Amino acid sequence: MAEAPWGLMAEYETPEALVAAAQAAHDAGHRHAEAYAPYPVEGLAEALGFRGSRLPAFVLAGGVLGGLGGYLLQWYAAVRSYPVETGARPLHSWPMFVPVSFETTILCACLVAFFGVLLANGLPRLAHPIFDAPDFELASRNRFFLVLRTDDPAFDTARASALLDATNPLRRVEVPR
Amino acid sequence: MSDGDTPVLRPGWGYASVTDKIAGLVLTRPLRWPWLAAFLATLAGTLVYLGAMTFLFIKGVGIWGVDIPVGWGFALANFVWWVGIGHAGTFISAVLLLLRQKWRTSINRFAEAMTLFAAGMAGLFPILHLGRPWFAYWLAPYPDRMNLWPQWRSPLVWDVFAIGTYLIVSALFWYLGMLPDLATLRDRAPTRAKQVAYGLLALGWRGESRHWARHETAYLLLAGLATPLVVSVHSVVAMDFAIGNTPGYHSTIFPPYFVAGALFSGFAMVLTLAIPLRRAFALEDFITARHLDNAAKVLLATGSLVAYGYLVENFMAFFSGDRYEIAMAVDRWTGAYAPVYWAMMACNVVLPQVLWWRAARRSTLLLFALSIVVNLGMWMERLTIVVQSTSHDFMPSAWGLFVPTRWDWIFLAGSISMFAWLFLTFIRLLPAISISEMRELVKEQADG
Repeated sequence: MAEAPWGLMAEYETPEALVAAAQAAHDAGHRHAEAYAPYPVEGLAEALGFRGSRLPAFVLAGGVLGGLGGYLLQWYAAVRSYPVETGARPLHSWPMFVPVSFETTILCACLVAFFGVLLANGLPRLAHPIFDAPDFELASRNRFFLVLRTDDPAFDTARASALLDATNPLRRVEVPR
Repeated sequence: MSDGDTPVLRPGWGYASVTDKIAGLVLTRPLRWPWLAAFLATLAGTLVYLGAMTFLFIKGVGIWGVDIPVGWGFALANFVWWVGIGHAGTFISAVLLLLRQKWRTSINRFAEAMTLFAAGMAGLFPILHLGRPWFAYWLAPYPDRMNLWPQWRSPLVWDVFAIGTYLIVSALFWYLGMLPDLATLRDRAPTRAKQVAYGLLALGWRGESRHWARHETAYLLLAGLATPLVVSVHSVVAMDFAIGNTPGYHSTIFPPYFVAGALFSGFAMVLTLAIPLRRAFALEDFITARHLDNAAKVLLATGSLVAYGYLVENFMAFFSGDRYEIAMAVDRWTGAYAPVYWAMMACNVVLPQVLWWRAARRSTLLLFALSIVVNLGMWMERLTIVVQSTSHDFMPSAWGLFVPTRWDWIFLAGSISMFAWLFLTFIRLLPAISISEMRELVKEQADG
């Protein structure tokens, strides 16, 4: 018996058609439906039930930790580890520690933003079933795709096919696993 | 015809044609002799530069004209000049993104590349100037066996952190923005080798809607973080000077004046690169007269800020009543380096005034010439600040002139060569214009 496919894929010409189809799939209970577009289409992720990313909170945390870490590093080096007294000037000269703390704040926040988005998106992932789908190379050019995954609890081959056909796609194909 | 009437993208382009045009520049465009000639010439210059570095490491910084009292010379002037040029890329990408300026879309990618390469050139000079560059890692804070730490109260250490952060953040911002375009190149690649190379670089990007949403969030966050970073970097560079008590350095106007000068020279370099690029690759529909016009206006605005900086510097010298500051100002006007000072005034203050006329802003040839003039002028400004100030400080007995040697010029020309070589390599290997953002622009224009 042949292995069940990874999903059913429909191809569209316009972003509006894709958003409408994505909304229909979400309304029909598909929670793992995926939509592919050559640029960020407004409202597409939301139509699939995406409720925003938690990335900003992590980036904030990264920035705060980076700033505190940078400041502590300077304080430790200048006050604890290697204090140099020059004319009774304070060792803990905090205004002079601000620029480096600022830079480490930005650096750590940016590192979290960069690696955070890769991690959240599950990248790098060089092999993926969708890459074998016919026409998919156009997803990075001018076509829009919706995939209903077979591992979705709401997935039923007949109903999913009917759902996709009702959205008037350019074509509908099976994506092998 | 008013400025608003020229669109940022000429009509008639769709998702597919925009994609094929920009991807084609990298994937299918045959080698042509002008690019090849420029590539080989700058490659030769780069090799000379590397050879000169080797000689410098063997002989030491004495091959340059630096001595006491002018210890910084060309190396530091070049450093400040290159960092300044490196500011426009992030400004265009981050600040104009936050301000929703649509005209940034077709110029941000190569401006970011310019930033990265210019900041790289800048970062080299302080290391070359160290005297013992093999100890450059001593600048990093790590628990070493000498039990020594960097001097946190020194702007030179702040500089290491500022430039290091700037280089890393610019590279991340550039790469994150390029991920979708690398996927486009992977999907269009005509040969297996290119497919694998771009495929690896694209990290398996597939354009899923949630990925796009997170990507947009992360990109905006990076833009928001890069914005204060840009301002901080040249402010810290300015403090390298302002914290010293040398007349001509010790001035509170320095940080904002340096940032304005950085944007001025950076936008000039954007024009220097954009004008031949759009011509050679027939990108006039993407980089339109509107882009050049806007960049020229930014040039005019930042040039005015720079002129204000010169004015305040001179005013404060006399207003302070400090005889050393006054002597410094007078020496700038009449001393040994006066020709450099007045040439700088001509390049940075007088000549850019033609940009008040629309006809001048619409003349590609004139803009190109002017952008070179401004680059030269800003280099002379850096030279005046670095060299003239230290040559003429408090005691006449401590005065001394700096005369550049042949090696000083080789290092300046070498860094320009290497920068141009990197840029030429970039435009044939990576998409010089953001493809996915151009598709968004197509969509926005279709929606009206």
